[in-house]
Amino acid sequence: MSANALLLTPLHARHGAAGARLVPFAGWEMPVQYVGVMDEHRAVRGDVGVFDVSHMGQVRSSGPQALDFLQRLTSNDVSVIPVGGAQYGLLCAEDGGVLDDLFTYRLSDDSFLTVTNAGNHPQDFSRFTEVAKGFDVEVTDAAGETAMLAVQGPNARALLRGLCEEDLPERMQARTLSVAGVEVFAAGTGYTGEDGLELLVSNEGAVDLWDAVVAAGAVPCGLGARDTLRLEACFHLYGNDLSTDRNPIEAGLGWASKEATGFIGSEAIARFRSDGTPERLVAFSMSGEGIARSGNEVVGGGVVSSGTFSPTLELGIGMAYLPAEAASVGNEFEIDVRGKQRPAVVRDRPLYRKADPSV
Amino acid sequence: MSEASYPEDLLYHQEHDWVRFEADGETALFGITWYAQDALGEVVFYDAPEVGATLVKDESYAEIESVKAVSDVFAPMSGEVIEVNASISDEPGVINEDPYGEGWLVKVRLTSVEEKDALMDSAAYTTMLG
Repeated sequence: MSANALLLTPLHARHGAAGARLVPFAGWEMPVQYVGVMDEHRAVRGDVGVFDVSHMGQVRSSGPQALDFLQRLTSNDVSVIPVGGAQYGLLCAEDGGVLDDLFTYRLSDDSFLTVTNAGNHPQDFSRFTEVAKGFDVEVTDAAGETAMLAVQGPNARALLRGLCEEDLPERMQARTLSVAGVEVFAAGTGYTGEDGLELLVSNEGAVDLWDAVVAAGAVPCGLGARDTLRLEACFHLYGNDLSTDRNPIEAGLGWASKEATGFIGSEAIARFRSDGTPERLVAFSMSGEGIARSGNEVVGGGVVSSGTFSPTLELGIGMAYLPAEAASVGNEFEIDVRGKQRPAVVRDRPLYRKADPSV
Repeated sequence: MSEASYPEDLLYHQEHDWVRFEADGETALFGITWYAQDALGEVVFYDAPEVGATLVKDESYAEIESVKAVSDVFAPMSGEVIEVNASISDEPGVINEDPYGEGWLVKVRLTSVEEKDALMDSAAYTTMLG
C-alpha cells in the first residue's frame, strides 16, 4: 500500500462486480459510470437511480452552544432549522471566499450533523475544531464510520415505501428509520433536481441497504450522471462553481447567506451585497454545436465554471462567471472552446425543472 | 454498446485509430477503435474536418465529445479528406454502436502509402492494449 492509496467505500466490491468504471475522485476510488452516463441520467429523470456518495464527509456538533457555534461558522441562519429539518449553507473565509458548501441537519435542539464535500472534509473539520474552541460544543468527525446512498428520481419514494413501514421524511426534512431492516438517517435532499432521499448509514449496514434498493429496481448510477443531473438543475459544484476566489453573492447564493447572524465572512459579504460584484454566475446553453467545458474563457471576459452535454436538453449547457453587465437572461455571448468561438445564451436557472406533481 | 473487437482486416494506430484500405490501395477509411469509444463513453458530438482538409500523420484532425470529455482524433496516415461521414453529426452514437462500420469518420486519399508500415495489425494492437 502506498501512502497515497485511494479510500474505498463499503460498496466498492459491489461496484466492481457490477462492471462499474472506477476513477480517482477527491482521494476516493469511485464509480463514474456502470452502463453509461446517458442511461443512468435518464433512469433518474424518469424512474429511480441510486448513487454511492459515501465519499461525502460528516461532522457532528453537539452541546449547549452547538447552535451558536454553527451560526458563527456557517453562512445560513441555523436558528430557523427545526428539529428534523435540513438547510443548505456555506463555510466562508474572513474575506467572504467560499471554503465549502454544506448541508446541515438538526438532530435535536443542541445536536447537528453537517455533510461536507469529500475533497474539503479534512480542512473543514480542522476549521470546525478551531472555531469550536470558543464555544461549549463537542465536534466529532463522523466521516470514517458513515456511508451514504442517494436514492433519486420520481419513483424514489415509492421504491423506499416498499422497503420501509414508517413515513418517509418530506423534502428538506430528516429522520431515523429502518429501511430493509437497516437503520438509516433519511433526508429529503438530493443533488439531481428530482424528488428523492439521501440515506446515511453505518459502514456495516451499507451493503445490505444497497442490495435491497437495487433489488427493488433502482438503477446504479455513477458520478458521471450525478454531474449531468446536478448541472441541469444548476446546483453548484465546489471546485468548479465555488472556490475561495468566489463569494456567495457573485455565485448566486446570496439566499444562503444571512449576514445579520454575524458568521465568519459576513462583513465582507455584506459589502459584496451592497456594492455588487464585477462578475455573476449564470446558467447558459450553447446556441449551436459544441460543448463548453470548465475553464473555457468567455470572449470579452468571464470563464466557464462547469460545462457538459445535457442528456435532457440534448445540447451543451453549463454555468459561467460573466461580467455583471452581460449576465442578464437572454444575453448572447461567445465561448472560446478549444480555439473555436461558439455562441451561447444566458438562460434562466434551473436549466431543468421537474414536472410539478400537483399539476 | 457493442462487444470489444479488433477486426483483422484493419490496421491500427497507437492513438486508437483504425485504417481500412479501399480496393484501389490509395484511399482509405479512418475511424476510432472499440477501445477508444469505450474509454470516451457515449459520443454526443463529432466536429468533422472539411472535405479537402489536409491530414498529417499523428496530428489531430477532428474532435469527438462524449458527455464527460472531449478527445482529439489523430490521423493514422497522411492524406486529403475526400469524404466526411455526415450522418454521424445527426447521430453521433453510431460511433459507439458500430465503430468499424457505420461509425467511420473520414475517407482519405493517402499521400504516403508507405506510412502503413508503421501501423499495427490487430494482434499487435491488442497486445498493446494489454
